[in-house]
Amino acid sequence: MANIRLAVPDTATQGEVIEIKALIQHPMESGFRRGSRGEVIERNIITAFECQYEGETVFSATFHPAIAANPILTFNLVATQTGTLTFTWTDQHGESWSDQAAITVT
Amino acid sequence: MTISTMPLRAFAAQVDVDRARRELFGDRPVQEGRVTVKLPPIAENGFSVALDVSVDSPMTPDDYVKQVAILSPRNPLPLIGQFYFTPRSGRAAVSTRIRMSGTQAIQAVAEMSDGSLWTGSMETVVTLAACVVL
Repeated sequence: MANIRLAVPDTATQGEVIEIKALIQHPMESGFRRGSRGEVIERNIITAFECQYEGETVFSATFHPAIAANPILTFNLVATQTGTLTFTWTDQHGESWSDQAAITVT
Repeated sequence: MTISTMPLRAFAAQVDVDRARRELFGDRPVQEGRVTVKLPPIAENGFSVALDVSVDSPMTPDDYVKQVAILSPRNPLPLIGQFYFTPRSGRAAVSTRIRMSGTQAIQAVAEMSDGSLWTGSMETVVTLAACVVL
């Protein structure tokens, strides 16, 4: 299980632009490095990130090997309703990790 | 002509950045401006460089930024990442950490909801490149 860290405000006022931080622990092995015996270390990266707000995709990203290890993203959302934010990361093999955060909008 | 005589081109160049941009956005014209790229002026370590990109846009349902692509003229692959916004993003801004194999100007291309393309860039001096110490 990947280690995920989220920073989402607990409360916000309707229409407020909030800041989200989302980090996942992952080596993001680029496939360009070589090991101690000169062998190429196989690429192993997360390729997709998605943030859903009550089921609707509000922000997403695709990652390539030049995204650093333990990828962190800081982005913004408009607080529209009380609900759940779902964050999903998917790697090149299709394996995915997900976490949620609740927000109360007044 | 100089390029064809080189034995091996391991790293991308501006031509590769232009090719990557055409693959993503076609032959549409790209205008300078509206896109701000922020990087530290000197990065001691190319393995993890803080990148901050923002686009000047009202982010309304009629006028918003659809996508920002980050391109490198010197990394092994020109495309670093793509970020997709919606009117519900509120602000067209994203921060992350990237790998840089050497001193270069990182370019960001923003695609607006009307299809227009805007670009901005910033150069960073990298003292220890991500692909030198393997």
